[in-house]
Amino acid sequence: MKLLYFAWVRSKIGMAGETVSPPETVRDVAGLLDWLKGRGPGYADALANPAVVRVSVNQRFARLADPIALSDEIGLFPPVTGG
Amino acid sequence: MTVLVQEADFDPGVEMAALSAGRTDVGGVACFVGLVRDIAGGATVTAMTLEHYPGMTERQLEEIEAEARSRWPLQEVRILHRHGRLLPGDRIMFCGVASAHRGAAFEACAFLMDWLKTKAPFWKREETPEGERWVEAKAEDDDAAARWR
Repeated sequence: MKLLYFAWVRSKIGMAGETVSPPETVRDVAGLLDWLKGRGPGYADALANPAVVRVSVNQRFARLADPIALSDEIGLFPPVTGG
Repeated sequence: MTVLVQEADFDPGVEMAALSAGRTDVGGVACFVGLVRDIAGGATVTAMTLEHYPGMTERQLEEIEAEARSRWPLQEVRILHRHGRLLPGDRIMFCGVASAHRGAAFEACAFLMDWLKTKAPFWKREETPEGERWVEAKAEDDDAAARWR
Protein backbone atom coordinates (compact mmCIF):
# COMPACT_ATOMS: atom_id res chain seq x y z
CA MET A 1 0.00 0.00 0.00
CA LYS A 2 1.47 3.32 -1.12
CA LEU A 3 0.89 6.21 1.27
CA LEU A 4 1.45 9.84 0.28
CA TYR A 5 1.52 12.70 2.79
CA PHE A 6 0.98 16.36 1.95
CA ALA A 7 1.24 19.78 3.62
CA TRP A 8 1.40 19.64 7.42
CA VAL A 9 0.58 15.94 7.50
CA ARG A 10 3.88 15.45 5.67
CA SER A 11 5.79 17.84 7.99
CA LYS A 12 4.48 16.14 11.12
CA ILE A 13 5.08 12.57 9.94
CA GLY A 14 8.45 13.65 8.57
CA MET A 15 8.33 12.13 5.09
CA ALA A 16 6.51 12.58 1.80
CA GLY A 17 5.37 8.98 1.57
CA GLU A 18 6.09 5.32 2.22
CA THR A 19 4.99 1.84 1.30
CA VAL A 20 3.36 -0.10 4.14
CA SER A 21 1.71 -3.48 4.68
CA PRO A 22 -0.89 -3.10 7.42
CA PRO A 23 -2.27 -6.27 9.06
CA GLU A 24 -5.34 -7.86 7.51
CA THR A 25 -7.52 -6.45 10.28
CA VAL A 26 -7.03 -3.00 8.71
CA ARG A 27 -9.81 -3.02 6.13
CA ASP A 28 -11.04 0.56 5.79
CA VAL A 29 -9.85 4.17 5.96
CA ALA A 30 -10.77 4.49 9.66
CA GLY A 31 -8.80 1.35 10.46
CA LEU A 32 -5.79 2.62 8.55
CA LEU A 33 -5.81 5.95 10.43
CA ASP A 34 -5.98 4.10 13.77
CA TRP A 35 -3.14 1.78 12.78
CA LEU A 36 -0.97 4.66 11.54
CA LYS A 37 -1.42 6.56 14.80
CA GLY A 38 0.40 3.74 16.59
CA ARG A 39 3.46 4.00 14.36
CA GLY A 40 5.06 6.89 16.26
CA PRO A 41 4.61 10.31 17.84
CA GLY A 42 4.75 12.11 14.47
CA TYR A 43 1.88 10.01 13.15
CA ALA A 44 -0.10 10.44 16.38
CA ASP A 45 0.37 14.20 16.16
CA ALA A 46 -0.54 14.43 12.47
CA LEU A 47 -3.65 12.29 12.85
CA ALA A 48 -4.75 13.45 16.34
CA ASN A 49 -7.79 15.29 14.99
CA PRO A 50 -9.44 13.21 12.25
CA ALA A 51 -11.81 16.11 11.50
CA VAL A 52 -8.97 18.00 9.81
CA VAL A 53 -7.45 15.06 7.93
CA ARG A 54 -8.68 14.30 4.43
CA VAL A 55 -8.05 10.94 2.80
CA SER A 56 -7.95 9.93 -0.86
CA VAL A 57 -7.99 6.37 -2.17
CA ASN A 58 -6.54 6.04 -5.68
CA GLN A 59 -6.70 9.83 -6.10
CA ARG A 60 -10.39 10.17 -5.16
CA PHE A 61 -11.70 11.58 -1.90
CA ALA A 62 -12.63 8.78 0.49
CA ARG A 63 -14.77 8.40 3.61
CA LEU A 64 -13.81 6.70 6.85
CA ALA A 65 -15.88 3.61 6.03
CA ASP A 66 -14.45 3.16 2.51
CA PRO A 67 -12.54 -0.12 2.03
CA ILE A 68 -8.80 -0.18 1.29
CA ALA A 69 -6.52 -2.76 -0.32
CA LEU A 70 -2.76 -3.35 -0.46
CA SER A 71 -2.71 -2.24 -4.11
CA ASP A 72 -4.19 1.21 -3.28
CA GLU A 73 -2.48 4.60 -3.40
CA ILE A 74 -3.70 6.50 -0.37
CA GLY A 75 -3.21 10.21 0.26
CA LEU A 76 -3.45 11.88 3.67
CA PHE A 77 -3.61 15.65 3.86
CA PRO A 78 -5.32 18.68 5.44
CA PRO A 79 -8.42 20.34 3.97
CA VAL A 80 -7.38 21.89 0.66
CA THR A 81 -6.55 25.61 0.29
CA GLY A 82 -5.97 26.25 -3.42
CA GLY A 83 -7.51 28.82 -5.71
CA MET B 1 -11.22 20.17 -21.99
CA THR B 2 -8.23 22.15 -20.81
CA VAL B 3 -6.72 21.73 -17.37
CA LEU B 4 -3.16 22.90 -16.76
CA VAL B 5 -1.08 22.62 -13.59
CA GLN B 6 2.27 24.33 -13.93
CA GLU B 7 5.00 26.24 -12.11
CA ALA B 8 5.40 28.86 -14.84
CA ASP B 9 3.49 32.15 -14.97
CA PHE B 10 0.85 32.69 -17.62
CA ASP B 11 -0.59 35.56 -19.66
CA PRO B 12 -4.26 36.14 -18.74
CA GLY B 13 -4.88 37.78 -22.11
CA VAL B 14 -3.59 34.74 -23.97
CA GLU B 15 -5.68 32.42 -21.80
CA MET B 16 -8.80 34.52 -22.29
CA ALA B 17 -8.31 34.73 -26.06
CA ALA B 18 -7.88 30.94 -26.25
CA LEU B 19 -11.45 30.52 -24.95
CA SER B 20 -12.93 31.83 -28.19
CA ALA B 21 -10.09 31.34 -30.67
CA GLY B 22 -11.26 30.17 -34.07
CA ARG B 23 -14.97 30.26 -33.29
CA THR B 24 -17.77 32.69 -33.96
CA ASP B 25 -20.54 31.16 -31.83
CA VAL B 26 -19.24 32.41 -28.46
CA GLY B 27 -21.43 35.06 -26.88
CA GLY B 28 -19.07 35.89 -24.06
CA VAL B 29 -16.28 34.73 -21.82
CA ALA B 30 -16.07 35.06 -18.03
CA CYS B 31 -12.70 34.78 -16.30
CA PHE B 32 -11.26 34.80 -12.81
CA VAL B 33 -7.59 35.35 -12.00
CA GLY B 34 -6.40 34.59 -8.47
CA LEU B 35 -3.47 36.63 -7.09
CA VAL B 36 -1.16 36.40 -4.08
CA ARG B 37 -2.07 39.05 -1.49
CA ASP B 38 0.56 40.66 0.74
CA ILE B 39 -1.64 40.43 3.82
CA ALA B 40 -3.64 37.58 5.34
CA GLY B 41 -5.27 37.33 8.74
CA GLY B 42 -3.68 40.62 9.80
CA ALA B 43 -0.14 39.42 9.03
CA THR B 44 2.22 40.50 6.28
CA VAL B 45 2.81 37.78 3.72
CA THR B 46 6.20 37.96 2.01
CA ALA B 47 5.83 34.82 -0.11
CA MET B 48 3.62 31.80 -0.60
CA THR B 49 4.40 28.23 -1.66
CA LEU B 50 1.73 26.14 -3.29
CA GLU B 51 1.99 22.39 -2.97
CA HIS B 52 -0.26 19.92 -4.78
CA TYR B 53 -0.92 16.22 -5.31
CA PRO B 54 0.27 15.49 -8.88
CA GLY B 55 -2.18 13.22 -10.64
CA MET B 56 -5.06 13.73 -8.24
CA THR B 57 -5.00 17.47 -8.91
CA GLU B 58 -5.52 17.04 -12.65
CA ARG B 59 -8.16 14.36 -12.08
CA GLN B 60 -10.11 16.56 -9.66
CA LEU B 61 -9.94 19.61 -11.92
CA GLU B 62 -11.16 17.53 -14.87
CA GLU B 63 -14.07 16.24 -12.80
CA ILE B 64 -14.96 19.77 -11.67
CA GLU B 65 -14.89 20.91 -15.30
CA ALA B 66 -17.09 17.97 -16.35
CA GLU B 67 -19.56 18.85 -13.61
CA ALA B 68 -19.73 22.47 -14.81
CA ARG B 69 -20.30 21.31 -18.39
CA SER B 70 -23.16 19.08 -17.24
CA ARG B 71 -24.85 22.05 -15.54
CA TRP B 72 -24.36 24.86 -18.08
CA PRO B 73 -24.07 25.00 -21.89
CA LEU B 74 -20.35 25.81 -22.08
CA GLN B 75 -18.39 26.03 -25.30
CA GLU B 76 -14.93 26.13 -23.74
CA VAL B 77 -13.39 25.84 -20.29
CA ARG B 78 -9.81 26.58 -19.21
CA ILE B 79 -8.45 26.02 -15.74
CA LEU B 80 -4.79 26.80 -15.09
CA HIS B 81 -3.32 26.55 -11.60
CA ARG B 82 0.26 27.26 -10.62
CA HIS B 83 2.36 25.59 -7.93
CA GLY B 84 5.69 26.43 -6.35
CA ARG B 85 6.88 29.62 -4.63
CA LEU B 86 5.03 32.84 -5.49
CA LEU B 87 5.38 36.45 -4.37
CA PRO B 88 2.69 39.04 -3.53
CA GLY B 89 1.10 40.26 -6.74
CA ASP B 90 1.93 37.04 -8.60
CA ARG B 91 -0.83 35.22 -10.46
CA ILE B 92 -1.90 31.94 -8.81
CA MET B 93 -4.53 30.67 -11.20
CA PHE B 94 -6.81 31.31 -14.14
CA CYS B 95 -10.34 30.03 -14.60
CA GLY B 96 -12.31 30.94 -17.71
CA VAL B 97 -15.40 29.78 -19.55
CA ALA B 98 -16.99 30.60 -22.89
CA SER B 99 -20.72 30.35 -23.49
CA ALA B 100 -23.35 31.69 -25.86
CA HIS B 101 -24.88 33.68 -22.99
CA ARG B 102 -23.49 35.67 -20.10
CA GLY B 103 -25.66 34.10 -17.40
CA ALA B 104 -24.15 30.65 -17.95
CA ALA B 105 -20.65 32.10 -18.23
CA PHE B 106 -20.83 34.07 -14.96
CA GLU B 107 -22.45 31.23 -13.03
CA ALA B 108 -20.16 28.50 -14.34
CA CYS B 109 -17.05 30.55 -13.58
CA ALA B 110 -18.20 31.13 -9.98
CA PHE B 111 -19.11 27.46 -9.62
CA LEU B 112 -15.71 26.31 -10.89
CA MET B 113 -13.94 28.54 -8.39
CA ASP B 114 -16.12 27.49 -5.46
CA TRP B 115 -15.66 23.79 -6.18
CA LEU B 116 -11.96 24.13 -6.94
CA LYS B 117 -11.45 25.82 -3.56
CA THR B 118 -12.83 22.80 -1.72
CA LYS B 119 -12.01 19.85 -4.03
CA ALA B 120 -8.67 20.42 -5.75
CA PRO B 121 -5.72 19.14 -3.69
CA PHE B 122 -3.61 22.29 -3.34
CA TRP B 123 -2.16 23.64 -0.10
CA LYS B 124 -0.73 27.09 0.58
CA ARG B 125 2.14 27.81 2.92
CA GLU B 126 2.72 31.47 3.74
CA GLU B 127 5.98 33.14 4.69
CA THR B 128 5.52 35.98 7.19
CA PRO B 129 8.00 37.99 9.30
CA GLU B 130 6.93 35.75 12.23
CA GLY B 131 7.73 32.55 10.36
CA GLU B 132 6.02 30.12 8.03
CA ARG B 133 2.49 28.78 8.40
CA TRP B 134 0.09 26.55 6.51
CA VAL B 135 -3.04 28.36 5.38
CA GLU B 136 -6.13 26.91 7.05
CA ALA B 137 -9.24 26.05 5.07
CA LYS B 138 -12.07 28.53 5.60
CA ALA B 139 -15.61 27.59 6.59
CA GLU B 140 -16.96 30.19 4.15
CA ASP B 141 -15.31 28.27 1.30
CA ASP B 142 -17.34 25.20 2.30
CA ASP B 143 -20.47 27.37 2.43
CA ALA B 144 -19.73 28.80 -1.01
CA ALA B 145 -19.29 25.30 -2.47
CA ALA B 146 -22.44 24.04 -0.74
CA ARG B 147 -24.67 26.60 -2.43
CA TRP B 148 -24.29 24.74 -5.74
CA ARG B 149 -25.61 21.39 -4.50
